Amino acid sequence: MGDPKGFLRVPRVEEDERPIDERVQDWRELVVPGDPAQVRQQASRCMDCGIPFCHQGCPLGNLIPEWNDLVYRGDLAGAAKRLLATNNFPEVTGRVCPAPCEASCVLAMRDEPVTIKTIERTIADELRDAGGYAPQRASERTGKRVAVVGSGPAGLAAAQQLARAGHDVVVFERDDAVGGLLRYGIPDFKMEKDVLDARAAQMRAEGVVFRLGVSVGHDVRGDQLLHEFDAVVLGIGARAPRDLPIPGRELRGVHFAMEFLAQQNRRLAGQEPEAERTILATGKRVIVIGGGDTGSDCVGTSVRQGATSVAQLELMPKPALVRQPANPWPEWPLVLRTSTSQEEGAERDWSVSTRSFRGEGGRVVALEAVRVVLEKGKMVPVAGSELSVPADLVLLAMGFVGPERGGVVEQLGLALDARGNVRTDASGATSVPGVFAAGDAARGQSLVVWGIADGRRVAAGADAWLRRAPLTRTGT
Amino acid sequence: MPLPAATGLYDPAHERDACGLGFVADLHRPASHQVVGMGLEILRRLAHRGAAGCDPCSSDGAGILIHVPHAHYERTLGHAGIELPLAGDYGVAQCFLSPDPATRAAEMRVLEEAVRHHNQKVIGWRDVPVDPTQLGPLARASMPVFKQLFIGRMCPAGIFERTLFMIRKRAGRRAGEAGLEAFYIASLSSKTVVYKGLALPERLDAFYLDLKADETRSRLALVHSRFSTNTFPTWERAHPYRHIAHNGEINTLRGNQGWMAAREPLLESDAFGEHLADFKPIIRPGGSDSASLDNVVDFLVAGGRSLPHVMMMLVPEAWEGQPEMPAERRAFYEYHASLVEPWDGPAALCFTDGRYVGATLDRNGLRPMKYVATRSGFVVAASEFGVADFEADDVIEKGRLQPGRMLLVDFERGRIVRDEEIKHEVATQKPYAQWLEGNKIDLGDIDRDLAAARTPSLAAGERQRRMRAHGYTREDLRVLLTPMATAGEEPLGSMGNDAPLAVLSERPQLLFRYFKQQFAQVTNPPIDPIREKLVMTLTSCVGGEGNLLVETPRQCRLLELPQPVLTNDELAALVGGVLGDFPVRVLPVLFDARASDPGAALDSALVGLCAAAEEAVDDGASLIVLSDRSMDRAHAAIPVLLATSAVHHALARAGKRLRVGLVVETGEAREVADVALLIGYGAGAVNPYLAFEAIDALGVDVPRDERRAHYVHAIGKGLLKVMSKMGISCLSSYQGAQIFEALGVGQETVERWFPGTPSPIGGIGLPEIAREALVRHAIGFETPLLPMSDEEALDVGGVYAWRVGGERHLWSPRTVSALQKAVRLEDARSYEEYARAINEQGDAPFTLRGCWDLVPAAEPVPLEDVEPAAKIVRRFATGAMSFGSISKEAHENLAIAMNRIGGKSNSGEGGEDPARFLPMANGDSRRSAIKQVASARFGVTAHYLVNADELQIKIAQGAKPGEGGQLPGHKVDEHIARVRHSVPGVTLVSPPPHHDIYSIEDLAQLIFDLKAVNEEARVSVKLVSETGVGTIAAGVAKAHADAIHIAGHDGGTGASPLSSIHHAGTPWELGLAETHQVLVLNGLRDRVRLQVDGQLKTGRDVAIAALLGADEFGFATAPLVASGCVMMRKCHLNTCPVGIATQDPELRARFAGAPEHVINYLFFVAEELRALMARMGFRTLDEMVGRTDHLAVRMLNHPKAGTLDFTRVLQRPNAATRGWPSAQPSWVGATEEALVDAARISLKHKEPTTMQVSLTNADRAFGARLAGELARKHGAEGLADGTIVVEASGTAGQSFGAFAARGMLLVLEGDANDYVGKGLSGGVLAVRPPARAPFKSHENVIVGNTCLYGATSGRLYVAGRAGERFAVRNSGAEAVVEGVGDHGCEYMTGGIVVVLGATGRNFAAGMSGGVAYVLDEDGTFGSRVSKATVALEPMDAEDDERLRALVEEHVAHTRSARGRAVLAAWGKRRFVRVMPHEWKRVLEIRRTA
Repeated sequence: MGDPKGFLRVPRVEEDERPIDERVQDWRELVVPGDPAQVRQQASRCMDCGIPFCHQGCPLGNLIPEWNDLVYRGDLAGAAKRLLATNNFPEVTGRVCPAPCEASCVLAMRDEPVTIKTIERTIADELRDAGGYAPQRASERTGKRVAVVGSGPAGLAAAQQLARAGHDVVVFERDDAVGGLLRYGIPDFKMEKDVLDARAAQMRAEGVVFRLGVSVGHDVRGDQLLHEFDAVVLGIGARAPRDLPIPGRELRGVHFAMEFLAQQNRRLAGQEPEAERTILATGKRVIVIGGGDTGSDCVGTSVRQGATSVAQLELMPKPALVRQPANPWPEWPLVLRTSTSQEEGAERDWSVSTRSFRGEGGRVVALEAVRVVLEKGKMVPVAGSELSVPADLVLLAMGFVGPERGGVVEQLGLALDARGNVRTDASGATSVPGVFAAGDAARGQSLVVWGIADGRRVAAGADAWLRRAPLTRTGT
Repeated sequence: MPLPAATGLYDPAHERDACGLGFVADLHRPASHQVVGMGLEILRRLAHRGAAGCDPCSSDGAGILIHVPHAHYERTLGHAGIELPLAGDYGVAQCFLSPDPATRAAEMRVLEEAVRHHNQKVIGWRDVPVDPTQLGPLARASMPVFKQLFIGRMCPAGIFERTLFMIRKRAGRRAGEAGLEAFYIASLSSKTVVYKGLALPERLDAFYLDLKADETRSRLALVHSRFSTNTFPTWERAHPYRHIAHNGEINTLRGNQGWMAAREPLLESDAFGEHLADFKPIIRPGGSDSASLDNVVDFLVAGGRSLPHVMMMLVPEAWEGQPEMPAERRAFYEYHASLVEPWDGPAALCFTDGRYVGATLDRNGLRPMKYVATRSGFVVAASEFGVADFEADDVIEKGRLQPGRMLLVDFERGRIVRDEEIKHEVATQKPYAQWLEGNKIDLGDIDRDLAAARTPSLAAGERQRRMRAHGYTREDLRVLLTPMATAGEEPLGSMGNDAPLAVLSERPQLLFRYFKQQFAQVTNPPIDPIREKLVMTLTSCVGGEGNLLVETPRQCRLLELPQPVLTNDELAALVGGVLGDFPVRVLPVLFDARASDPGAALDSALVGLCAAAEEAVDDGASLIVLSDRSMDRAHAAIPVLLATSAVHHALARAGKRLRVGLVVETGEAREVADVALLIGYGAGAVNPYLAFEAIDALGVDVPRDERRAHYVHAIGKGLLKVMSKMGISCLSSYQGAQIFEALGVGQETVERWFPGTPSPIGGIGLPEIAREALVRHAIGFETPLLPMSDEEALDVGGVYAWRVGGERHLWSPRTVSALQKAVRLEDARSYEEYARAINEQGDAPFTLRGCWDLVPAAEPVPLEDVEPAAKIVRRFATGAMSFGSISKEAHENLAIAMNRIGGKSNSGEGGEDPARFLPMANGDSRRSAIKQVASARFGVTAHYLVNADELQIKIAQGAKPGEGGQLPGHKVDEHIARVRHSVPGVTLVSPPPHHDIYSIEDLAQLIFDLKAVNEEARVSVKLVSETGVGTIAAGVAKAHADAIHIAGHDGGTGASPLSSIHHAGTPWELGLAETHQVLVLNGLRDRVRLQVDGQLKTGRDVAIAALLGADEFGFATAPLVASGCVMMRKCHLNTCPVGIATQDPELRARFAGAPEHVINYLFFVAEELRALMARMGFRTLDEMVGRTDHLAVRMLNHPKAGTLDFTRVLQRPNAATRGWPSAQPSWVGATEEALVDAARISLKHKEPTTMQVSLTNADRAFGARLAGELARKHGAEGLADGTIVVEASGTAGQSFGAFAARGMLLVLEGDANDYVGKGLSGGVLAVRPPARAPFKSHENVIVGNTCLYGATSGRLYVAGRAGERFAVRNSGAEAVVEGVGDHGCEYMTGGIVVVLGATGRNFAAGMSGGVAYVLDEDGTFGSRVSKATVALEPMDAEDDERLRALVEEHVAHTRSARGRAVLAAWGKRRFVRVMPHEWKRVLEIRRTA
């Protein structure tokens, strides 16, 4: 800790965002990269706590106090090393993570946490600007072959860790580019995709082979993989979306959020979808059902596509504006948040349950809903509160229910847990020897940072299994 | 008469004792009965220094040694028809024999056989007449039969004493072989005879009727009265022994015994011939430290050295770095340092062989020894003044023995032989200096450049492999090595330790981590290695030693190291053979990393290693280097501590240890504790090669050479601290002394490889040790290495603070936040979540209690029948945290909370604002019920003491037992300074020891002092858990404490050195269980309440503490967490973000705690406890105390914890909990009682009174009761100066004028003992010699040691010299004295001291405030000043005026001739002003402000 009293001298200053009027005109990242001098000052606020609650907040156990200190001392290269020691893709988490670390920062007790996320992104970007991500090739090869299925955060992290441990790693990705949800789920205004390309290049240099456009389960059978490889790691996500099976669901203009978001991302990558499958918000009244991050992404994307109006409906009640006593630090604060997308212009409503979609000519024109209250854990309609909302485009952003069915999971005969996720032990091992599962596939829908953390953990498990060695805790 | 055998956690090996002692010698007259009577009178007058146990009529032992009373024996034997030869031609064996006639006959036969074997004549037996009715029942029940055997001389007179010695040794050995365990010869000599036993000192002559007889005449009487820590009757442990009587404690005993045993095979002597075999072991097993020392003295004297010579070699004065010492004497000590290590520890020793009688003090001078010489030819030396009465004009000299000095009376020469003279005589017997010159090897001669070329650094990858294989973590680099290498500092931490013990950790632990340092408490003091460094030394000698019985030049052919850490280059040079005829053998300490049975592989590797070491010695090696440097993928390092101890002990057993030096080259050792362990288990020097490599590779901006030097310096500094914790000054005495206990190492393993080390709970063996080593080895050598930095390559660690992926901690984000939520929202479910996380440790325990289950009762009681929580919380206290270490807000919050619920808060050691003694407007009270009395005595005034319900004497604290502390000046703001009676900005040092507690009888005195001031408060004594603490506690109970507090090693809220937090002391479970067991065994349990603290967190913790024996419970960290602490562990930086451990006003404003939070927490704990009580069938806590039958060891699925054996911990002592009724002494002397009565009117109406009294040394703490009464009535302000005047005469007992309050004037004509003006609180004291005294006042000592300790205000005038540590930690009193001993004005933070005479060494050490003016007549004063914190300056006009006024006052109060002379020549005398740098700076800031 360079400056023991930094937190007293320096107030928290958050990162700048481009003005709304400007940023909605394009798809580029809306956050303005931090001024290095200011970031350094912000890093001085870290107190190097005896119990770093931020560690608890961060699933990766990022060595936040250590790299904050190095940033404060001006050693960005050293900070990057420390950051990369626990996090394979800080340039990703530095952009898209909701930063539970900041919520649990000791200074968050007074709502002034260290700007950990900004510092993380600054370190990662500086590293890239200073010469890219140097490959770390293993000094010894084990000769073992590992297949990694899926190139989302979990798959990529697992693949990189396993390659660095000396194994020959092949990543199977059904899309035509590396990244999974990172590439096609996250809008460019939150993260431009060149960061993924840089990482993929680094991983190739470290020996990872990417087989793109190959869908395991369809193009290659899961059991076949087991014959060709010594171990298989599934990072197939939890991509089955939660549906809303109500009257009118079949109407045109009612879509899952991910279809909409992926299309826009492909469009930006130069792949226009077929005309009849095009989903565009341009000139439409858009309703987003679901108040989470995906919903927000739909809002921001709709605004940029030129929607005439955007509204977002949430089933749960409106959260309080400030932290409630029963929800003290360091718990995640259950307060009303307004995302950058929501700032760009979305009407939000809470405690609304959609009952049916009304259509005209097979196209949705409105949705019928009712207000609800939470009673004994159940949503109960409020009599006489029915409402009808006109809509040309409805986007369902209500989360995901688990891994997709009918593919590799069945082919391998993996046991599932009660929630429909692949069942694993602490090392990531599934019910089939040699098969491991990481990330949302085993955990259920979660954050990118959990995906990376799981990928690392499961890579360690798979590595130990391959070496037939007991799991030992060495460096992180 | 042996002590009871070990049972439960009690082990007789931990027994301690202390005492009063003295001698009288008559130089002018022939033997007389008067001298015997004077000796007995000394005993009577020192009775308060001894003790009685649970049975008030059985003393701990008293005894007298006199010249053989020939006339008396001749007459009494004549009646029996036995004719004695002439005096001197026969010896007397004073025997303790068995009461069983058959056994007794066998014992007598053994002795007679020995006499005949040595061709001497058995003259006859005499029954020693005794009167058993004089004894208490315990003593009577254990009384032996007393007989004397008279032995006629049949050999030349010159060898008769030696022959008698050989007879005694032979008889002892033969008796042992014949199973006659109890046979004991108190003395066997033609010159002296010892009468000793368990009679009360004042009844010794009523018991031994010989002593009453007029014809029992002697020119010498050496006496001793014992204070033992137990109540078991042991007749032979009474002193005097054959040659010595001892007050104090030998801290290095285990090492001394071990080395002495190791020397035995090398012994050869013409004089003893084949009889030498009878002498072994030279030290009789099972004896006390004093008895062991006597064995060695006895042996060496018989071997031909003179008694003074023997005392000088065994208990040498501090000679290293003493340029003023004569060269020949330094050479004598240096030469003997290669023969024998010092017997180190606080010691006042009286010794005699009939011709000489003398006394000497250890190098620290920590026990008092005063003496008087008279014109009429008497020399009397004793622990106190006032033990013999002489006419004032007869006394020609009064003095006190100085540290390391000797007082010797030689009956042949008929005079006192001065220290200088006798030491010169002894030191010039042989050309020691010349011998050293020709033989000693100096490491400084090594060509380092050449060596450096031989030791290339490891490549980064190899370094990282090895670091992993040796368990290095990132924390080791960041937390430990970086501060050591960059600043030479030892790393600090705070908030104690809440990680699992090594044996419970799931991570592979270094074997080092299973060992805990032991430390001194109560029975001997720790040392301050910084401010009293002049007695400390790290010098060690490495190489082979010779025959102790002869003196030859070759015996100092040794390598002398100024400190024990060798750099890589130095080691390479040694191994490279730069030393010529000093053969070095390197032995690899490795074992097969691929063995199928690692435990067996390790075992056979060790056996092979030991054999190789023996072979190396046989081959003539002078030095063995144990090295793990050659480790590789196939060969793992043997844990180096195991290898070192194994070789050390194997060589010792084979009689080869002393023929060779032992050096360790290891990658495993890195921190202070590691090096200390290696030395403690026998290594002479250590080269932690990998630590040096790691340091070289650190990314810090300090040149390499400097880093290495800093590191060596930091380890050395740390070693001094570790040694000083045990009160050991010399590394050579520490080496092999094994001042450690094993926590989690199996009994069998300890016995085989670490013999003599306590291991209370058993634990792992070689298989587990090997497994842990191999897990590490695999991490190092079997996992791939990437090109990366050291930090990236290493494990996170997480031992010092919670980290993801690191070691487990009980305080985690989860437990901290759950507890805070619980207390803030009164959320019982959140408390349950917290308590579950801590209580349910499953197969991964953190603590010993986590390994146990509570056993429910067959029939539980309904919850509503259990005593209410409101009653339970009254047994709760918050921990001692000083205002200063934590903020005013946090401190007062705790006090208010505890006062609301009837519990107790603790002031800590920083004093307390008197405003807090008064209730607040809303009825709350901020007053701390417990007021602490700690070593610095900050703000400990009479007023403070009378405003307490409990006075807690803090002997040690869990986080850093045996250490002091300091509050840096920048933390001392206006308010703290006022409460501590200091000024803002001045650093405040807390010394490691209480300077008035160097032994158990001193503690008894301090308890007496406190009770004298405030009899209503209960006095508790705070100890820290370690093996042997129960025995100490028994002593504390006998010293009349009301409560004993056992703190665990893991507690601690303030900043401490990390090595102390983690490596010293044991968990409270052990200390508490041992204390309870030993107190019960001694019948002392119901005299005291037992309190416990140390990471108590839940109701289950409290339940377990109660079941192990605790009555009351302390919490510190948890109430702080309840108040908002989030375990920042930044207490030492003043940046606490929640306003607790800080004095920064901005941060304090962030304090968000409330009394309710603390109260809610304690009630949650109490309710949790109640539920457990109901389940176990207890209605009240009292029923639970000591009920270990409700604790069961859980079967654990844990590779290491499963090996633990808790039988001894959970044992219920086979004795009634109720013991003998306690005999409460009177806490106020008769003289003082009258005084207080007489002063009542003055106290009430503030009218002046004058009284006359006559005092003896039994009048202890005179004036303290009056001070207490005064403070109660008139508060801190007191009365007008001189309202109550007491004119006293005679010799005052200890603590004269202690805590005297403003308004009191005590004038003493005569002399006073130690602690005059202790805690002076505004009163005025004057001590002057009798008008008729012929001596010059400034040349004689009339007040003892440690005067004005912790004084806060008032004045003291002494027309004479004072002893050691005058005005130690004075913060405001003004004093004039005519000479002081060593360490004058130590740690002083305020006030004025004027010295009109000579000063001792180390003046002003640690002095940060106040001023001293010293009359420097010969211009040498400067050389005796410790100048680290002060400057010597000329006086200015302001000083001159102030000084003159003080000297005038001095003359007015004492009529001092010295003072008058100084005034008469005013302006011509050279005064030097001693001005602390900080004080000066602060004064200047104030002046300009």
